[in-house]
Amino acid sequence: MGYTAMRLSRGGYLIREGFRSIKTHSFMSFATVTIIMACLIIMGSISLLSLNIDALIDDLENQNEMVAYVDEKLSEEQARELEQKLLSLDNVQDVEFVTRKEAMDNYFSKFDDYVKEGIDEEVFRHRYVIHLVDIAFMADTKAQLENIEGVGDVLAHQDYADAFVTIRNIVSIVSLVLTVILVFVSIFIMTNTIKLATFGRREEIGIMKMVGATNAFIRLPFIVEGMVLGILGGGLGYLVQWGLYSLLAGRLMGTLTGSFITLVPFSTVALPLLIIYLGLGVFVGVFGALNAIRNYLKV
Amino acid sequence: MVRMENVTKVYDSSGTVALDSISLDIEEGEFVFLMGPSGSGKTTIVKLITGEIKANSGKVIVNDFDLTKIRRGKLPKMRRTLGVVFQDYRLIEDMTVYDNVAFAMRVVGAPGREIAKRVPYVLDLVGLEGRERRLPRELSGGEQQRVAIARALVNSPRMIIADEPTGNLDPVRSLELMLLLEKINEMGTTVVVVTHEKDLVDALGRRVITIDNGKVMSDGMDGVYSYEIE
Repeated sequence: MGYTAMRLSRGGYLIREGFRSIKTHSFMSFATVTIIMACLIIMGSISLLSLNIDALIDDLENQNEMVAYVDEKLSEEQARELEQKLLSLDNVQDVEFVTRKEAMDNYFSKFDDYVKEGIDEEVFRHRYVIHLVDIAFMADTKAQLENIEGVGDVLAHQDYADAFVTIRNIVSIVSLVLTVILVFVSIFIMTNTIKLATFGRREEIGIMKMVGATNAFIRLPFIVEGMVLGILGGGLGYLVQWGLYSLLAGRLMGTLTGSFITLVPFSTVALPLLIIYLGLGVFVGVFGALNAIRNYLKV
Repeated sequence: MVRMENVTKVYDSSGTVALDSISLDIEEGEFVFLMGPSGSGKTTIVKLITGEIKANSGKVIVNDFDLTKIRRGKLPKMRRTLGVVFQDYRLIEDMTVYDNVAFAMRVVGAPGREIAKRVPYVLDLVGLEGRERRLPRELSGGEQQRVAIARALVNSPRMIIADEPTGNLDPVRSLELMLLLEKINEMGTTVVVVTHEKDLVDALGRRVITIDNGKVMSDGMDGVYSYEIE
């Protein structure tokens, strides 16, 4: 009982010490929180930009259709029976059957009526408009479609598909590289900021060591401090990011109304982003604090 | 107690031989002055006793801990048997007198009730009653050094080591401080005082070990500082 009470009072003391230190070194605490915030906002902005470019490309990909023409010998009923076979292919997301007549009407809707005089719908074939799961595998899917009995030709814009895949790959690589670089830069800056904050306390650490404090005991208030600063930096960074994104989204939507660009709503990424911000903030805060006091513990 | 046998310490960075095969014994309950000019090796002895540095050869035993073999994790336990006082007091500026002393108990995990009982007692012992709520900068040099002594004393160490404790004090305050250390010694604590103030040493008439060039030059029980410092 006495031992537990002692442990509890000790734990409470260490946590209080962590908070006391933040208050005492308020300027350095402010600097640390600001830097954590700034780094997370830069990283978050790049990630959100990459996410939006990815979503935009996804959207454009979905508009990139393939057309599978049905063998002209097949009746409409037989042609409709092909649907299940087409859908059974892994890379096929959805199919839409278009009859000869619909195809003709659609085609001639762009011209004056006199053009279609004397032209019969038999000139057109039944067809399927197909959307793919991943256009990177367009060539393979085209070959599979052509192997299905009853499918005549398949029309695919392979060049567009290749362009989209290239853009997506470049965006993914650039954002990954930038994020990794920024994580390292952030840890470096934050470690040094916390190092500055702890520099003034090397005497205090020296005194603690001299009176017989264990390293674990000395570290704990710094861990508490790093954690609190990390949560503050991460939390505030998240709020600022949210505000900036919403502001930008509002402006963009205002100017781009009717265009094909729509931004990913913040609500869809809100929770994962909050977890990442707080997690990274705590990681960097604690890692920075431990790294910063390492040298003072060697005595 | 301290037992040093043929201890040599060479600083890697400069190659300076700080201690050259030195041997000395300080028994439990003794009051000892460690004297010598600047750079003689006095501070190296203090650092060896507190475990801040390790000897290159020889044996160092402090309060039954063999510091030549001690594992890093055991050092805190050994340090709890010591109280260290420095010339520059080393108080935490943003803590009150009470908290500076209580801090030493807190970091070794003492329960709050015991801290509340022990700190006022020790502050009273060193003559700082009524100063509990002051900050170090609001105290005189002599008072600050008394806070440092209270902090060293509060965990009931077996030995107190004071490294030039009177270096920043005037002669009257210096003598008062020495009398305080003498009082602490009379209560059973071993006291080792590093100093180069001849008059103080002569006034107290205790054992004097003189160090120069990393060697023991004299060790007299007569309380007279017999080795002449340049």
